[in-house]
Amino acid sequence: MLTISGLKVSVGGRQILRGLDLQIGDGEVHALMGPNGSGKSTLSQVLAGRDSFTVDGGSVTWDGRDVLEMSTEDRAREGMFLAFQYPVEIPGVSNAYFLKAAVNAVRRHRGLAELDAMDFLARVKAEMKAVGMREEFLYRSVNEGFSGGEKKRNEVLQMALLEPRLAILDETDSGLDIDALRVVADGVNRLRSPDRSMLVITHYQRLLEYIVPDKVHVLGQGRIVRSGGPELALELEARGYAWLLEESAPSSGPQSGPARAAAAAAAAAAQASGGRR
Amino acid sequence: MSSVDLWRAAFDERAPTLPGASLPWLSRLRAQALERFADEGWPSGRLEAWRHTSLVFMNSERFAPVAAGVDGAVLSRVLAGLRESPDDHWLVFADGRFVPGLGAIGSLPAGVRVESLAAALAGDAEPVEALFGDVAEGASPQALNAALAADGAFIDVPAGVAVPGVIHLVFIAGAAGSAALLRNLIRAGAGAQLTVVEHYLASDDGAATLTNAVTRIEAGADARVEHQKLQQEGVAAVHLAAIGGVQARGSRLASHSLSFGARLARNDIGTRFDGTGCETLFNGLYHVDGKRHVDHHTWIEHASPHGTSEELYRGILDDQARGVFTGRIVVAPGAMRTDARQRADNLLLSAGAEADARPELEIYADDVKCAHGATVGQIDETSLFYLRTRGLDEVHARNLLTWAFAAEVLERIGVASLRAQASAALRAKLPGGEALEILDGAALQRSGGAVLEMPA
Repeated sequence: MLTISGLKVSVGGRQILRGLDLQIGDGEVHALMGPNGSGKSTLSQVLAGRDSFTVDGGSVTWDGRDVLEMSTEDRAREGMFLAFQYPVEIPGVSNAYFLKAAVNAVRRHRGLAELDAMDFLARVKAEMKAVGMREEFLYRSVNEGFSGGEKKRNEVLQMALLEPRLAILDETDSGLDIDALRVVADGVNRLRSPDRSMLVITHYQRLLEYIVPDKVHVLGQGRIVRSGGPELALELEARGYAWLLEESAPSSGPQSGPARAAAAAAAAAAQASGGRR
Repeated sequence: MSSVDLWRAAFDERAPTLPGASLPWLSRLRAQALERFADEGWPSGRLEAWRHTSLVFMNSERFAPVAAGVDGAVLSRVLAGLRESPDDHWLVFADGRFVPGLGAIGSLPAGVRVESLAAALAGDAEPVEALFGDVAEGASPQALNAALAADGAFIDVPAGVAVPGVIHLVFIAGAAGSAALLRNLIRAGAGAQLTVVEHYLASDDGAATLTNAVTRIEAGADARVEHQKLQQEGVAAVHLAAIGGVQARGSRLASHSLSFGARLARNDIGTRFDGTGCETLFNGLYHVDGKRHVDHHTWIEHASPHGTSEELYRGILDDQARGVFTGRIVVAPGAMRTDARQRADNLLLSAGAEADARPELEIYADDVKCAHGATVGQIDETSLFYLRTRGLDEVHARNLLTWAFAAEVLERIGVASLRAQASAALRAKLPGGEALEILDGAALQRSGGAVLEMPA
């Protein structure tokens, strides 16, 4: 269970998350949608431990542990996985080395024996086949010269190898054509299990045709402005984001105090009705 | 007594017993070289080429070429760290002198000479004279070398001969205060091929020692010479080295300079294209920390047309270390169709580290391509974050990115065993670097070697 309460985050003095509440139960898949600049990627990075953001308030607990107190690597070793929107290229480091180092770092932490080269190669080749990656990608530098689709497949491959308890996919669909999207979605669906929670961050409804979430949340101006079931995504597809944001805008435009309070109350009510179990 | 007077006294004392002292050409050259050094003294920062690396401090140092040798047990310990391939050839020098019995020369094709300079001077010294170099060459430390070099390697490969395996020259510094002056002479006849590595090591890691080494390389027409220098002297050592090539038509010279040790290391590395269609690769990597200083001063003289030169230097600087790189490229009038590329990149691991990189291009011909670039950067925070989100701890992640920065230089080392040595030397510099043991995978793959180096 991941519980985010009143999370406030800023970068360089600019507030990005303004009191975000979100709860993801074990085995649930939640989609987080929202327009550009709403804070989706910030949330994913803060959850994974990026230290260029300042947490100004609120809390994040994960199975009773204070996530914000944990180092980035400890979060990963405990089973948190962030699939990057823009996977990083690391020339000079082979994908094979990188994947093996990651798998063994996590295994060590979990008290499991490290995989030797033979076991690792057998394991990684099977997973690569499942995500449609050719073996040569093992011997190339991490993400270097990979196409957008290949990078995203490499992210899904890492997720499969690291077997996280909580996977956060940050716009994994961006830049993918429909075939690549399907492969990536299949990879994600294969990993759905009762002991694995997922937060799928996306700008478009398209991905959610393939990965059907239990819950959909809309992020606007740094907080959840609406939560609902999968049908909410369809509604957003049809109507866009603007109506929701206007409905809930806390500080945009020359609104008076009472109007702002009403909007905030409406947002809170929306969340209470759809966002929690 | 000034340092220069001390060197003169050392010369007066030792000249009569230096190898080849009975050869008139050599005695004359040594005396003239000493005069030049005495006249110029140690280079100061007032000289443009020494602006960032003044050797004025040498005036108060008391290094002397005592040639006291190194204890046999210590030598064995130092040598045990080197990998020995059965096809390779080894010459071992300690405290500036050849140590018979420690090296091993594998089988060599007829006519190939691989021996100590002292032995070469005692035998057929004519080719030594042709290769020795003259008094005016290089800066004043090089003149001091010409005056007092007591040993080094002499390698002569006749035309058309390819030397199998790698020729390793191992130079082990002596006790504190000792100076080793070494002169290595290498000639590859027309179409000949050879690979030479110079290893510089300490017998005592904390001892302040001086190494003054000069390597001269003559590559005949269409010859292929691969030269690597792996400098791992102690942290208090002063290391002054010059490598100079002269290339005939169609020859190729590769120089890989890897500098990890010494409190001050200065490398003057250059080559001159004396014939059309020459090629050269200058490849360099250094890692320095503490308050140590490394300077690579390179020059490539495109004196003939259709020459190609490629230069890549990468430096890793930690703490308050300082790295200097100068890349001088001169394209002579008439050296048409010259293609010269140069890059110098530095990675600063600490706010107190400092890097200076400057190209010096002098182009007197038309129809040439010259490209140069220099960068100074730090560990990329996004890459670091990416690795940590995969469970790698921060030290491992930093080391991996540091290694990755160096990888491009390592990949250009064509001989696999030498690449492995260079890679191991770098890993030894990284805290917890042994965790990176299996890293050579990408490098090998990209260079077309084995698929993946992983322990079975």
